[in-house]
Amino acid sequence: MPTAPNLLLSGLRLLFAAVVIAMAAGPYFLDPTEVVIVTEFLSMLVLAIMWNLLAGYADIVTVGQHAFVGVGAYAFFGFSALAGLDPYSSIPLAGLVALIIAVPAMILVFRLRTAYLAIGTWVVAEVLMLVAGKLQAWGGGSGTSLPISIVLSLGRARNDRLAVIYWLAFALAAAAMFVTYFLLRSRIGVGLTAMRDNEEGAAAIGVNITRARILCFLGTAPFLGMAGAIITMQKLRIAPPASFSITDFTVFIIFNVVIGGIGSFEGPIIGTIVYFLLREYLSELGTWNLILLGTFSIVVILIERRGLWGLFRRLLADDIVPVAHKPTQPAVVSRRLSATES
Amino acid sequence: MLELASVSRAFGGLRVIDKVDFRLEPGEIVGILGPNGAGKTTLFNMIAGVLPPSGGRIVFENRDVTAMKAWDRCRLGIGRTYQIPKPFTHMSTFENVMVAAIHGGRSSMAQAKAEAGAILARTGLARHALTPAGQLALLDTKQLELAKALAVKPRLLLLDEIAGGLTEAECDVLLGTIADVYKSGVTIVWIEHVIHALRRLVTRLAVLSGGGFIAVGAPQEVLADQRVKEAYLGT
Repeated sequence: MPTAPNLLLSGLRLLFAAVVIAMAAGPYFLDPTEVVIVTEFLSMLVLAIMWNLLAGYADIVTVGQHAFVGVGAYAFFGFSALAGLDPYSSIPLAGLVALIIAVPAMILVFRLRTAYLAIGTWVVAEVLMLVAGKLQAWGGGSGTSLPISIVLSLGRARNDRLAVIYWLAFALAAAAMFVTYFLLRSRIGVGLTAMRDNEEGAAAIGVNITRARILCFLGTAPFLGMAGAIITMQKLRIAPPASFSITDFTVFIIFNVVIGGIGSFEGPIIGTIVYFLLREYLSELGTWNLILLGTFSIVVILIERRGLWGLFRRLLADDIVPVAHKPTQPAVVSRRLSATES
Repeated sequence: MLELASVSRAFGGLRVIDKVDFRLEPGEIVGILGPNGAGKTTLFNMIAGVLPPSGGRIVFENRDVTAMKAWDRCRLGIGRTYQIPKPFTHMSTFENVMVAAIHGGRSSMAQAKAEAGAILARTGLARHALTPAGQLALLDTKQLELAKALAVKPRLLLLDEIAGGLTEAECDVLLGTIADVYKSGVTIVWIEHVIHALRRLVTRLAVLSGGGFIAVGAPQEVLADQRVKEAYLGT
């Protein structure tokens, strides 16, 4: 018999599936301004999913995630505008460059832990931004615009281009969600989830903490890099402070994940939705918008450390996207109802 | 099975464990007694790989594990429970045990699920399989510590005050489980303040005080030892 929480859960799952399907067709029914906003939403969602994986599961509280977004942006410009490759193959190549840069960055920051690691990642990001400003072919300190030929190769009409970039962002966000889902369901993923809850306890039952951290750090870098490439396509230009923006690609992302619910699959999705709703409907308030966002995140944290999703999850019998493993024996499954009700 | 050679650990200027030597043979169940602050848990942390020793060597099954990480020691066959339980609070009780079977026990996903089900039944946690581990009562949390430690398929099991705070009846149930585990061929080292519980199962007793073992031997002899009475029983 479906109970009220189960009914709510089914409703949410249906809603989630419906929204994903509707978003796949976004450019057909959204007006150009909306297409731009949703594209931006999808890029930020990718960044939020990645930060959640790092800080929420692997305990790598990075404040330098914008480093790889910027590296992706600059690599994308290099491959497409300077090397003359087509923009589509430049995106995965930008991801690859982010991955390559992530290796020495990791070796450096993994010597540090907790707050020191956070500062370390920030320093790495600042250094990379300064280096980017020295690259004359990339316009030096003031940056440069994407050549018009590349812009036109995405589509001759503006709306066609916006649709192409939209679908690229949609594909990347979908890939990020798929990869996260299957990662969290995997052997490594259950270990990561155990680490999230108790790191020492996880080590004591055989979870290789170091390997899990390396995997997360190197696994998120290409996604950040590809997001940087797509953001560059949308913004049509690169510049050190904009392409390596700590505010847009790290600080807001941290707010989103914290508000939505750190250490859960749903958290970054909910947080990014809340952020965009606040931004769209409160933007006329100017700076107040950000003050409200900050206050809101503090209130959420004070009430429930695991964010809005942690709060909402109490009403539900299961996650919207069920990453947890269930026992296989039918005897245990039949007890499920009584266990969740107690 | 396990050999500690001149193992020391200092925190700042304080030598908590001072050049301890200890040999454990396969098939033993050794109880460790000692006043609070004697360094019992520190000793466990060094054997399990949570704390590096300041000096000395730790050998497990003829392998020097002194510099080995905790997870590698676990996979070699050292399982442990924590005095203050470390459940994975937002995972179900079932998943807690499953993840131990996968990582420490090196089982496949399907195997691990079957093993977790069996261990939950054995430790009396089956009815809590889907309860988040953070919502379990104290006894169940302690049982879960044991369940997780068993899921890694240990050959050496370190139990840290697992019977503390339990009622007489609960303690009997726990002793039954531990006796079963021991009979299945697992060597056990067991820190415990509940002496009557220890006495019923252990083959040897060791008393830790002032950074070293002051008595090691058959339970009756050790408990009758004058130094043990002074250090631990306060008489």
